[in-house]
Amino acid sequence: MNKVLSIFLACLLGALLLQAHVTAKEAEPIGDPAVEKRLSVLAEELRCLVCQNQTLADSQAELAADLRNEIRELIRQGQTDEQIKQYLVARYGDFVLYRPPLKTSTALLWFGPGLLMVAGLVALFVTLKRRRARIAEAQLSASDEQRAQQLLNEEVEQGGLS
Amino acid sequence: MKMSRLLSIGRFLVPLLVFAVMVAFLARGLWLDPKEVPSPLIGKPAPAFRLTEVAAPERTVSKQDLLGKVYLLNVFASWCESCRYEHPVLVEFAKTGLVPIYGLDYKDTRAEALKWLGQFGNPYQASLFDGDGRVGIDYGVYGVPETYVIDKSGTIRYKQIGVITPEILHNTIIPLCEKLNAAAAVEANKSS
Repeated sequence: MNKVLSIFLACLLGALLLQAHVTAKEAEPIGDPAVEKRLSVLAEELRCLVCQNQTLADSQAELAADLRNEIRELIRQGQTDEQIKQYLVARYGDFVLYRPPLKTSTALLWFGPGLLMVAGLVALFVTLKRRRARIAEAQLSASDEQRAQQLLNEEVEQGGLS
Repeated sequence: MKMSRLLSIGRFLVPLLVFAVMVAFLARGLWLDPKEVPSPLIGKPAPAFRLTEVAAPERTVSKQDLLGKVYLLNVFASWCESCRYEHPVLVEFAKTGLVPIYGLDYKDTRAEALKWLGQFGNPYQASLFDGDGRVGIDYGVYGVPETYVIDKSGTIRYKQIGVITPEILHNTIIPLCEKLNAAAAVEANKSS
């Protein structure tokens, strides 16, 4: 049993080393940890235009690597996050931002879900209210109530509830 | 009674309308190409550059040198597969002499690019060497080939993302170049 476990651990270690090796091969020039920290936060908010559904931080595309280097350079030049985002938006458009800015062209995007929810709530409210009105309409009159009671009693007497 | 009839019609009509709107949105989405991201550079001055020519590292070309004429800036690379489909179209177009084409050799090596141009023909007035892709970033290049139509004041008028097919060339790019050329001629007449 111990032998199996040690083989397993050896394989795991080997896999990890291999993984580290692969990542090391693709690593970009990493310098100042402060720059890297800002880059990683910023790159999470930016879209890679080549793969489109990946952030600049995740993407392995060559353009993403170039843009990460570009952002490192801008950070070193002392630009603010907002300036760096503007730099990218000027070149690639709002599409690079994962959080689109609020504009007339994006109003539906921002408020659409809210509007749909309000419409849903209104529909729910109207339906419930209408249903309640219908239930109220269906109230029995006193004489109907009496007759129903009578019919039920008759059935009990006949032993009909077997 | 009329009210209840209206309500019962509405009961079918409202979901139908909601469905129609949804279908309209989805159908539109189906026909949009997600790879075509509208460039914010259209209508703006083309970013400045100063690059050496692929064939002659000692000769530089800058945006300033190209002012005063309508031209196409075509981003290509020897490693780019789809550029091969586009290339014959550009070679044919260059023969018409309507507007000059300048190449932007994006993230390539000079030797490979020259070999490629030798093999497939050279439609370019000059091809500019952007080995590290910095100028490409300034132009918002994210998928080669891309082509910019730049007017005589150096303003970007149109961007083609992806291959220029003969249809795109004849329906969009040639009419636009003719219009821009004509506008340039009118202005030249006025000032002379």
